[in-house]
Amino acid sequence: MSQTITIDPVTRIEGHSKITIQLDDAGRVTSARFHVTQFRGFEKLVEGRPFHEMPSLTARICGICPVSHLIASAKTCDALMAVQIPPTAVDLRQVLNLAQILQSHALSFFHLSSPDLVLGMDANPEQRNLFGVVGQNPELARDGIWLRQFGQEIIALLAGKRIHPAWVVPGGVSAPLTADRRDAIVQRIPDALLRVRRTLDWYKQIFGDFGAEIRTFGNFPSLFMGLVTGKGELEMYDGNLRIVDATGRIVVDQVDPRTYPEWMGEAVEPDSYLKSPYYKPLGYPDGIYRVGPLARLNLIDRVGTPLADEEWAEFRMLERGATLSSFQYHYARLIEMLFCVEKIDQLLNGPEILSDHVRAKADPNRMEGIGVSEAPRGTLLHHYKIDRKGLMVWANMIIATGNNSLAMNKSVYQVARHFVHGDRIDQGMLNRVEAVIRTYDPCLSCSTHAFGQMPMRVQLLAPDGEVLHELKRG
Amino acid sequence: MSDKLKLATVWLDGCSGCHMSFLDIDERILDVAALADLVYSPLVDNKHFPEMVDITLVEGAVSSEDDYHKIRHVRQHTRILVSLGDCAVTANVPAMRNRFKVEAVLDRAYFENATLNQQIPVEVVPQLRKQSIPVHQVVPVDVFVPGCPPSADNIFYALTELLAGRTPELRTRTHFGA
Ligand code: SF4
Repeated sequence: MSQTITIDPVTRIEGHSKITIQLDDAGRVTSARFHVTQFRGFEKLVEGRPFHEMPSLTARICGICPVSHLIASAKTCDALMAVQIPPTAVDLRQVLNLAQILQSHALSFFHLSSPDLVLGMDANPEQRNLFGVVGQNPELARDGIWLRQFGQEIIALLAGKRIHPAWVVPGGVSAPLTADRRDAIVQRIPDALLRVRRTLDWYKQIFGDFGAEIRTFGNFPSLFMGLVTGKGELEMYDGNLRIVDATGRIVVDQVDPRTYPEWMGEAVEPDSYLKSPYYKPLGYPDGIYRVGPLARLNLIDRVGTPLADEEWAEFRMLERGATLSSFQYHYARLIEMLFCVEKIDQLLNGPEILSDHVRAKADPNRMEGIGVSEAPRGTLLHHYKIDRKGLMVWANMIIATGNNSLAMNKSVYQVARHFVHGDRIDQGMLNRVEAVIRTYDPCLSCSTHAFGQMPMRVQLLAPDGEVLHELKRG
Repeated sequence: MSDKLKLATVWLDGCSGCHMSFLDIDERILDVAALADLVYSPLVDNKHFPEMVDITLVEGAVSSEDDYHKIRHVRQHTRILVSLGDCAVTANVPAMRNRFKVEAVLDRAYFENATLNQQIPVEVVPQLRKQSIPVHQVVPVDVFVPGCPPSADNIFYALTELLAGRTPELRTRTHFGA
């Protein structure tokens, strides 16, 4: 008798994402699916809007990574105008993007995932949150709040507002940076470095305690994709794409992201609003790839900043070839935070950073444009078509989290196969299913909005729909 | 649980920016935690909306069947319901899809912009409603905090006033699109 387990939000009315697990006659897991249950329709609703509204509009896709959308969108608009933006504007946008990655990584690691790491996967759900971490490890919690705040304050200092600032515009940015603001940021760099390094040291001490999770949390071969500089270093703003395989071998390199329709496909599943991109030459679903911190650190030749490079050297020793366990997204995220702080420091100390030449102006000169950057969660792509008046006629967006859709599904399956047996479901299994999804830091508000700890109800159903076993969280 | 007031935050069709702005009160979140228990929120691990909550902040418009049922449930179990941010207050960005038919919006994503297995997802996922509407068109709302998102200071102000049993005076502090 085959059975289906549904991990459903707390009641029918809660639904943002769900997980279903299929068992065979012998009580073994045969499949598991992650369903995203919200849809927002940006690709259509932007139709008819002036193209220069797009950065502000698409920032509203996501309040966790609005800057990522601002950047990718503004780059797409630059392409429509066919302008080369002033170098200082490039640097300022980069600082903004790095600050965004810093704050978002802090949110993911400290606010959302550290409760699992500090209190344990089997801890009482009542305490498994940031406030619980404050009680158990106040220094870590305060470092997290501080680092997120630092990232957000850099954004506010540059762009005037922490969330949905209007400063990034087609052609550059709307105002130059002032010396006092730059100094206010640079002054706090040493403190930021100290806090990230302290957290890294802590993480390196404790991750060994999670052996079973490391072995089963999305630990499988896949491709990894991300931007790199011309020298193969970590790149968050420009650059070209590189794809490596599970052994770390380069599959393709320095691919112009604008060619994506030739080699990237998007498949639709009947049971999720999240589409599943795949690498066309390997087909679907074999063309599974991962993006984001783990992918980026797997595919580069070096990071490109001194402290992060030291840490990266250790990270590289985790496994031969690419590091395959998605559990280590956490590790990669912390190393990237170090990179962000170092790189912000470098950029802000550049000789031209205070230049007031920060914006190129032009009417639209091309009817189609593509813009790509790295968001906290991975490669983000915007693609627009406009009419002669500059009004939007079409848009396609491949969101960072979407790239990981196939991998998240496969990871849920792997965790379920390892932790679910027969007709019994226990609390630990639920926590771990949540936790594996969380390693990807899915920014589902880009397509749905279940961030943090998903409310869950697990039901074990007989084929006729009879509830055989039920477990609620909380 | 303690005798502190009960606070909840709910997320409908929004971008999470209002929740992020709430987190932007930074360390003051510990002050809030001293006055109230965050009993239900995407940020904490409690899975059930409690029997009665003193204050619930709602982000986002009502766009899907899930949103619709959820907000009605939340209203029944909340003393003071706060529309947090322009999406909750006016339906803002989500409402921009209202000038198209739902089918056309889905069509763009799942037929035109897909390369394999083109189809509209219908299994497991909730249906979209024809229109995306503000919260107060579905249930009565007690306090409106506009802004996209409202600033952390304004959220902190509104919250501490409400926790002190006063009605926050927001007209001079924030406005639509702030
Ligand atoms: S009001 Fe603005 S910040 Fe809040 S959810 Fe809506 S778009 Fe996001």
